[in-house]
Amino acid sequence: MIIKTENNKAWWLVLPVFLLVAFSAVIPLMTVVNYSVQDIFDQNNAYFVGVEWYREVLRDPRLHDSLLRQFIYSFSVLAIEIPLGIGVALMMPTQGRMGSLCLILLAIPLLIPWNVVGTIWQIFGRADIGLFGWALNAMGIDYNYASNTADAWATVLLMDVWHWTSLVALLCYSGLRAIPEAFYQAAEIDRASKWAVFRYIQLPRLKSVLVIGILLRFMDSFMIYTEPFVLTGGGPGNSTTFLSQTLTKMAIGQFDLGPAAAFSLIYFLIVLLVSWLFFTTITYMDKAK
Amino acid sequence: MAEIHLKSLAHSYSAKPTGPEDYAIREMDHVWHQGGAYALLGPSGCGKSTLLNIISGLLAPSEGEVLFDNVRVNELSPKDRNIAQVFQFPVIYDSMTVFDNLAFPLRNAKVPEPKVRAKVNEVAEILELHPVLHNKAKNLTADEKQKVSMGRGLVRDDVSAILFDEPLTVIDPHLKWKLRRKLKQIHEQFNITMVYVTHDQLEASTFADKIAVMYGGQIVQFGTPRELFESPNHTFVGFFIGSPGMNLMEVSRCEGGVTFDGYKVALSDELNEHLALIPSDNLKIGIRPEFVHIWDGPTDDAFEARVKHTEDLGTYKIVTFELGGQTLKARMDEDREVPNGRAYVSFPQQWLKLYVDEFLVEEQAR
Amino acid sequence: MNMTKRKTFGITLYILFLLVPIYWLVNMSFKTNEEILGSLSLWPSNFTFDNYMVIFTDSTWYSGYINSIIYVSMNVVITLLVALPAAYAFSRYRFVGDKHLFFWLLTNRMAPPAVFLLPFFQLYSSVGLFDTHIAVALAHCLFNVPLAVWILEGFMSGVPREIDETAYIDGYSFPRFFGRIFLPMIRSGIGVTAFFAFMFSWVELLLARTLTSVEAKPIAAIMTRTVGATGVDWGVLAAAGVLTILPGLLVIWFVRNHVAKGFALGRV
Repeated sequence: MIIKTENNKAWWLVLPVFLLVAFSAVIPLMTVVNYSVQDIFDQNNAYFVGVEWYREVLRDPRLHDSLLRQFIYSFSVLAIEIPLGIGVALMMPTQGRMGSLCLILLAIPLLIPWNVVGTIWQIFGRADIGLFGWALNAMGIDYNYASNTADAWATVLLMDVWHWTSLVALLCYSGLRAIPEAFYQAAEIDRASKWAVFRYIQLPRLKSVLVIGILLRFMDSFMIYTEPFVLTGGGPGNSTTFLSQTLTKMAIGQFDLGPAAAFSLIYFLIVLLVSWLFFTTITYMDKAK
Repeated sequence: MAEIHLKSLAHSYSAKPTGPEDYAIREMDHVWHQGGAYALLGPSGCGKSTLLNIISGLLAPSEGEVLFDNVRVNELSPKDRNIAQVFQFPVIYDSMTVFDNLAFPLRNAKVPEPKVRAKVNEVAEILELHPVLHNKAKNLTADEKQKVSMGRGLVRDDVSAILFDEPLTVIDPHLKWKLRRKLKQIHEQFNITMVYVTHDQLEASTFADKIAVMYGGQIVQFGTPRELFESPNHTFVGFFIGSPGMNLMEVSRCEGGVTFDGYKVALSDELNEHLALIPSDNLKIGIRPEFVHIWDGPTDDAFEARVKHTEDLGTYKIVTFELGGQTLKARMDEDREVPNGRAYVSFPQQWLKLYVDEFLVEEQAR
Repeated sequence: MNMTKRKTFGITLYILFLLVPIYWLVNMSFKTNEEILGSLSLWPSNFTFDNYMVIFTDSTWYSGYINSIIYVSMNVVITLLVALPAAYAFSRYRFVGDKHLFFWLLTNRMAPPAVFLLPFFQLYSSVGLFDTHIAVALAHCLFNVPLAVWILEGFMSGVPREIDETAYIDGYSFPRFFGRIFLPMIRSGIGVTAFFAFMFSWVELLLARTLTSVEAKPIAAIMTRTVGATGVDWGVLAAAGVLTILPGLLVIWFVRNHVAKGFALGRV
């Protein structure tokens, strides 16, 4: 660990970042706060309404529904992608050409623009022109993600697994590579079973990358917008309409600036709060043991 | 309990070795007897860790056999060989307590819990790990961690040998001797075969009854520390053992002995006879700095040498001098006066060793 | 050995799962619309480049790629320029408010882009940057800069402080030390950071679409126009999709040896 020296001149080095992020975060955020406490008819007619919008939004069933959907979605994503990602990392070849080939192939989904990810699955899942949808129907399964809620959910989840499990896998893969060979040798001499090796050597050493993986996957799945928008458009009905989509509908579709702004702030706070909860629980569990 | 026999063993990391340089371990035959304390000494890259991993079964030798009590174990995995190994860097399971760490090998073997407890307590007692027994292993100091690694080998009743791969590398100097003593004590108490890999001759000679010196994938000498010191049978052993190492001079034949840079060194009749039978011209003579004799004045058989410098090491001095083109060292007692500028040195015949093609020419008479 | 076989089987299965949807897209991009809608075939029976030709010959199509590449490159450059000195400050000095600042930067990574949609639109319109490349590049800095500072700080903390001190004793000025000695030492860190900045800027659509209309419109937004009065032009849509995958492939190929290391620091 590097011993840092006290030096306030270091602020000059941080200043560009500070100004840049302040410009793109603080000013817009102030605008949002400003909207959230006013009723705006046009540029010259705005009235201060206090917490009225917050009260309205918090009572809004649209928010409740999409918030519930959002939590179910994010937790499903974590429940599938984290174990699967660990499994994939364990299966990856440890070295040589095959190792780097796997690395590259795994990274491909991460580098595809999100709407193209949506497009790929939109096509892939269609019963008429998509291999996946066609194959399912050919097997006698009545599958249609555009009209059946369960099918839509399954497809959106499958798409997310396809898109993001690689991130967890790559994180875990590099975590595994950091374990010295001697640990496996010692375990072999101590007659540890495969499960014991995983439980007592690999898993404890994956913890820090898993914390990052869980946080990133939680945050990003909680903010998901583009992929389900392209794939299902939020439907059928509102069944795959998540928070971001509800918000954009409100702000741009209906131009309800006040409620949308209040919604935005509540949304942001929820992400911060849940991320913080995850982080402290994981670090607390670590200390308690 | 086991005797470990390495039978025409050789190992190469390449699939199709074409020459001796492809071998990490060159063909060797070697026996580690039951209950011995052995050291495997050599510079880094000489193959000693490879050899250790072959014995423990982490590595399968490409040629030859590993026999435990005359039973071939090549095909057995480490867990079926009843061997424990302690690594250079302490390996501990950091999510467990010290107790669970020590219990781990027993629990893996499904030993009943009361016995686990008794055994772990016994070993913790010996290793003085009791005060930290219920702490998390993660927060231990390096020497405690290394003791835990050792303890995992000791808790098992069935362990027939413990292998140490430079176990004191990360330990503070003032704790090293303490841990080494502990090892000695454990060896006496448990009657286990121990093989200790190191590149430090002091560690090797304080721990082991017999030392195997490895060089270039071969065991070049196997003997007590005293044998290694007094009659190194390979120039490498002479150079590597001792501080400073043996003086080695390239020489050529001459009447009644050998010569270098115009200086003639007489050899015993027996050596001369030997020499006459050997075709090779790769000849060296060696003498330990401890045995180089320094005279106060000119004598018949002393050479006149130029003193370059002297290191005073407290209880003795090391004198470096030049004789022809050779730089040699000699050890002097502290109370002797170092001659100024020039010195008269001689090489007592009984301590003078002759090496042909780097190997010692043995004399039967002694 | 049985274990190794099972692993190979498992990883092959997973990679197939990743590749089959992409294969399907590529397959479709070489088909005519008649074939796509007519019958399902695993291989184009009338292999055609027409879909790609539509994109390469129509400037409204290919300018989308150019626009995307321009703002992504701008974003990578800006991100590195501001994040490098800041990461150095965080890794070497303690200063008033350093911890709060670092945490605040990270919270911006947690801000849902949807929240910033409208204010960004108004902000960039009011300063006259609407529909410019720089607007998108700056907007993407919101999540890329915090990430870059975080990754780079990790790499820089791995460089011992003695290096800095030795350089100052040898008479190097700060800028010369930073450029000549320090940056080359964290080369792979810079590579990894650039990779992630590229990646997150390239895949983002929501902000990029909102802040542009004609001049700087990204390819991802242009793709939506394949939905016309006569239905969807599936072939062209597929071809456009395939073309968006290529730059990513190119970039991952260049940094393949560094990415594992970047992930290894647990800083992503």
